[in-house]
Amino acid sequence: MNKIFEIPLYPYARSADQDAPAPVRHKVVVVGAGPIGLGAAIDLAQQGVEVVILDDNDKVSFGSRAVCYAKRPLEILDRLGCGKRMVEKGVEWNVGKVFFDERLVYEFNLLPEDGHEFPAFINLQQYYFEEYMVDRVRELQAEGAPIEIRGRNKVAAVGVHDDHVAIEVDTPEGPYNLEADWLIACDGANSSIRAMLGLDFIGRVFEDNFLIADIIMEADFPTERWFWFDPPFNRGQSALLHKQPDNVWRIDFQLGWDIDREREKKPENVIPRLKAMLGEDAQFELEWVSIYTFQCRRMEKFRHGRVIFAGDSAHQVSPFGARGANSGLQDTDNLCWKLKLVIDGKATESLLDSYDFERIQGADENILNSTRSTDFITPKSEMSRLLRDAVLDLSEHYEFARPLVNSGRLSVPCIHDGSPLNSADALAGGPARSRPGAPCPDAPLGDEFLLPKLGGRFVLLTIDADAPDLIEEDGIEVTRLALSVKDDPTMALKERYLGEADSAVYLIRPDQIVAARRPSFDDNLIRAAIRRATGKE
Amino acid sequence: MAELILTPNIDNPDDFYAELLATHEGLDKAASDALNARLVLILANHIGDRQVLSQALAAAALKEED
Ligand SMILES: Cc1cc2nc3c(=O)[nH]c(=O)nc-3n(C[C@H](O)[C@H](O)[C@H](O)COP(=O)(O)OP(=O)(O)OC[C@H]3O[C@@H](n4cnc5c(N)ncnc54)[C@H](O)[C@@H]3O)c2cc1C
Repeated sequence: MNKIFEIPLYPYARSADQDAPAPVRHKVVVVGAGPIGLGAAIDLAQQGVEVVILDDNDKVSFGSRAVCYAKRPLEILDRLGCGKRMVEKGVEWNVGKVFFDERLVYEFNLLPEDGHEFPAFINLQQYYFEEYMVDRVRELQAEGAPIEIRGRNKVAAVGVHDDHVAIEVDTPEGPYNLEADWLIACDGANSSIRAMLGLDFIGRVFEDNFLIADIIMEADFPTERWFWFDPPFNRGQSALLHKQPDNVWRIDFQLGWDIDREREKKPENVIPRLKAMLGEDAQFELEWVSIYTFQCRRMEKFRHGRVIFAGDSAHQVSPFGARGANSGLQDTDNLCWKLKLVIDGKATESLLDSYDFERIQGADENILNSTRSTDFITPKSEMSRLLRDAVLDLSEHYEFARPLVNSGRLSVPCIHDGSPLNSADALAGGPARSRPGAPCPDAPLGDEFLLPKLGGRFVLLTIDADAPDLIEEDGIEVTRLALSVKDDPTMALKERYLGEADSAVYLIRPDQIVAARRPSFDDNLIRAAIRRATGKE
Repeated sequence: MAELILTPNIDNPDDFYAELLATHEGLDKAASDALNARLVLILANHIGDRQVLSQALAAAALKEED
């Protein structure tokens, strides 16, 4: 036992609830200690909401699975107390290379914009990500936060009532019953809660198998993303090479549909494939081998009364584009502050309908993007292959074809245009990227950055504009963050938040999404925007 | 708003058509198909206008425009 994913991090321990005469009621029960369940629970506990996580296992993700994390989820994780540690351990990368047959057809640089605290992307094994989150749970517990994680507690049945959920849990010592005011189902793509409630999970199945091999190798390949279309070592298919920390390399081979999965997974079949790719002399060790197929699908609705789905249980995408865990964290970021207001009686349950609107919008965008990538990577007809190959051939010679090459459009956050929580954009000349519904772009403020100052509460960001320091509207407190374009000599703040305008007042939600903006403070209009952003208009 | 041109627009159409055939000369079916695919992409990029491209796609499918 040396790998972190082989060590029980939250081993089964008998809880007092198992000996209680009647089912104990909790505020929130989160089912699943994957990245999304842990994210939800940490977020709630940080806001003082009592939460219990139940997981049928007691370890972090077996093998790596997700490796690529984008800026927005890293910013969210920073607020949850794990972002910096992930960046320190993770591998940053900006350059990608695209090969077709034996040729390098082009290379790209993500050229991340300056003035952001977090990088565009890091690569990190999913097991480290989950380990850091479990550590954060322990840290919160040490601080006295109301959060608990119960290993080898498998949810066996749920009963949904108007004002609570009844839960039956199996443990190594037998079953017990629990109740929750709210249940967040983060139990993954094969969600058993979804099945128990008889809910559909509809979408498109892709008839293809992919072999993943995470190998440990001392190699001097650069820290770049290498993607091959139709390489000599995997004819007619694709392949990917990507670096993770600790000299672990992610290698992904497309295998096609008609294969013997058990056979392909055997080391004696995997190793020759790897040698054909890396050279006969390559020295490596297999860390984790798996074969996966994928689907792009989502639930019709994410909220079913007191049961709310988040992460893979609610939506599933192909791994091209790294949108799974990345988008799941945006689900819980969107959900938790809303749930907190509802629990505290400061908003009605109808606020939670906006979770459905906004995160279904995000899921649809992710499904669209990852479906398109998949159609490019694995053409389904002779003509789509012909056009795909034409794009690749042209991209070697002419710049115009490069934007058409789609080896995965990397995850960017959704802008929630049309959300019922948005107020109409009233900032003439304001930049499109920070319009209502958009996640706030980061900006440098001397030695510091903007996003940590927004934190996880309602903020009135004023830039060269006057406003009261504190507004209270029907139980919702909004604190002012007063800035001036002079606070950022690089002018990023001006460019990202003012555009052509001379001043601005932004109402920003606890998930750092813009709810409203205008050139100056207006008490009536800002109060209306607060009401709207909390589902009251 | 740009409109797809569906009236004669090429000088010396016979010359152009001969050049198109000549470009394909000596190629087998697969190579010719690939060339056509590249040609479509190059011309599409030159046109650029998304509306015109959509009209062209519909016209090529011999669909009546609505
Ligand atoms: C090959 C591959 C590569 C990927 N690459 C990326 C990437 O680069 N970037 C990215 O963002 N995403 C990526 N993903 C997707 C990412 O791994 C998932 O989106 C992510 O793990 C989803 O997290 P989750 O918490 O929703 O579900 P899971 O991680 O599946 O966790 C679900 C948890 O629920 C528990 N559980 C299930 N049923 C019960 C029950 N009845 N009772 C109690 N507990 C239960 C399970 O034990 C598990 O711990 C990749 C996925 C794959 C397969």
